[in-house]
Amino acid sequence: MSDTVIKVENLSKQYRLGELGTGTISHDLNRWWHKVRGKEDPYLKIGEVNDRSTKAISKYTWALRDINFEVKQGEVLGIIGKNGAGKSTLLKLLSRVTAPTTGTIKAKGRIASLLEVGTGFHEDLTGRENIFLNGAILGMTKSEIRTKFDEIVAFSGTERYIDTPVKRYSSGMRVRLAFAVAAHLDPEILIVDEVLAVGDTEFQKKAIGKMQDVSTKEGRTVLFVSHNMAAIYQLCNKGLLLSNGQSISEGPIEQVLDHYTTLTSTMVLESQIKGNLNIELLNIELYTNYTNKSSNEFLIGYPAEFKLKIQANHSAQNIEIGINFKNNFGELISHITSLDSGRTFSLNEGEVIEMVFNLTSIDFSPGLYWIDVFIMDNGILLHGIHDILSFSVLNSNKVKRPGGFPQHVKLFTEANWNIISLT
Amino acid sequence: MKEQDEDWTLVIKPSSGLFDLQLKEVWRYRDLLQMFVRRDFVAVYKQTILGPIWFFLQPLFTTITFTIVFGNIAGISTDGIPGPLFYMAGIVGWNYFSECLTTTSNTFIQNANIFGKVYFPRLIIPLSIVVSNLLKFGVQFILFLALLSYFMFTGADVQPTWAMVLVPFLIILMAALGLGFGMLISAMTTKYRDLKFLITFGVQLAMYASPVIYPLSTLPEKYKPFILANPMTSIIETFRYAFVGEGSFNWMYLGYSTLFAFVVLALGIVVFNKVEKSFMDTV
Repeated sequence: MSDTVIKVENLSKQYRLGELGTGTISHDLNRWWHKVRGKEDPYLKIGEVNDRSTKAISKYTWALRDINFEVKQGEVLGIIGKNGAGKSTLLKLLSRVTAPTTGTIKAKGRIASLLEVGTGFHEDLTGRENIFLNGAILGMTKSEIRTKFDEIVAFSGTERYIDTPVKRYSSGMRVRLAFAVAAHLDPEILIVDEVLAVGDTEFQKKAIGKMQDVSTKEGRTVLFVSHNMAAIYQLCNKGLLLSNGQSISEGPIEQVLDHYTTLTSTMVLESQIKGNLNIELLNIELYTNYTNKSSNEFLIGYPAEFKLKIQANHSAQNIEIGINFKNNFGELISHITSLDSGRTFSLNEGEVIEMVFNLTSIDFSPGLYWIDVFIMDNGILLHGIHDILSFSVLNSNKVKRPGGFPQHVKLFTEANWNIISLT
Repeated sequence: MKEQDEDWTLVIKPSSGLFDLQLKEVWRYRDLLQMFVRRDFVAVYKQTILGPIWFFLQPLFTTITFTIVFGNIAGISTDGIPGPLFYMAGIVGWNYFSECLTTTSNTFIQNANIFGKVYFPRLIIPLSIVVSNLLKFGVQFILFLALLSYFMFTGADVQPTWAMVLVPFLIILMAALGLGFGMLISAMTTKYRDLKFLITFGVQLAMYASPVIYPLSTLPEKYKPFILANPMTSIIETFRYAFVGEGSFNWMYLGYSTLFAFVVLALGIVVFNKVEKSFMDTV
């Protein structure tokens, strides 16, 4: 118990909808009047669950409602959820940018946040001056910054521009510099929001590495918010899933990510549809090679089976189906198409077809993968869905080396080793 | 469980006591204050040719304008003191107060961007404003001293008095007034922007209700109480008295200003502190 560093209890945050204007003063006065008489704030009782797509009935909304969780020393907590789920509000409360409506947050040690790095950069000041300014804003003392200055500059890779005003920097350089400053502050608890979205891959890797170092080597606690599931999966060991301001799932990151994918796969169809929908994908299922049940886990080096269900809203003659396999970082690892097997399909209006395709073996290195499905007719896109589902590849008995197949290697190639001669 | 509660170094709750000012934390962030002052000082005149000379030019031109308009054209008495000296004594002091006030009153709106991302004691910003304006005041004060010694050498009828020892105290009073009013207004403008419009011409009007362009002694008796109600009045009068030996000096008036300044400052800090916690929701 003693290593719990953050404890959040019944945390809620209420916001007022619409414009502040007429009614603001009267509500304020009413609130004050209740307070004077020792009564509860009348506006705390109302307010509804925060679902941005439905029309609001009340003037108040709960951006967060009764959130409870604990984080232990050295844990990396990934906070995930759709847009508007309350992730940023939670981080704002944690970083003390705004105060909660009810509930408490208790923490041990300094909390520093990296919410959209580079805040407080002054355009006219040089990189050097901004390192000091930004560092101080983030809570470092001048001598702390001075001792780490060289390290910061080296990490950011902006040495050449250090005496140039920041307004001449490219946006990438700015982020590098800002992240470098933030990465070198030594808070016990670090809050990171979407910083990895910017910067090139090389820098992203550096940033992820730094964050891993911070948590594993230095034993610091990190709270990480991102829409990049790959980064979350790679970095975090614990997850918190928010939806409409409420916590739906908390626990080991794999479990929470799983929950998230089932949550998103139901809505992915509306958000990322492309094509004219003459032919529509209704369903896709993965069959695991070792249990033959519908699941999203595969063993490396074993066959895999996918089932598709497709409906024709209009007839089409030369239907081809293509599937992308992408890794954690959104890199395209493999692409398959029915054309490779010399197959096209034809469907008449109203027909529904179910089909199966088998992969002779899944050779991707262990990790999380996402698939896109494209249905085409003579090169015209009928239906395309990105990230329709994810699956993970696990180590199997095909990989006998100690420690399993290394994650940074992209493909596993099965090979037989035989001795031809021995002299 | 109970004894564990004491281990928490940080507890974030919906609201805290009125006087929970966390001055300790402000002290811990003193380096930040220094950085902000530096930023204000350095950044303002970057990419200008004249640079810090602008600090001199502003009061100099105002003094020249006042001398021409109020002294020569309107013919308002300066109590026998050379016009430029009379006006500059008022302007330098008034500028410090008004700059502190207007800049502080913009604290939340101006810094919403940073405040929305990182936490640091918000009080640092108004404090840094007061300090950087103090530097500016210092530069202008040197200009004033130069002007004073020029007139003394050329034999004008001015003589500094013992009241000069009160100058540091006057500066503190002006800072307290500017800071206090500024923080009160800044706290209110987060919700009601109306004040932002009021402040720009309000400060200007207040200047005419203080003896910056006229000596208190020439004022008709019936207006005097109103002008004296302005807490800046006795400060400017004392300041002028200290250096040029003219103007009214009165312990009672100064006492009133002192009381006024510290009440406003205390009120300002408390309100500011109350608002800073959740202003991001309303700004």
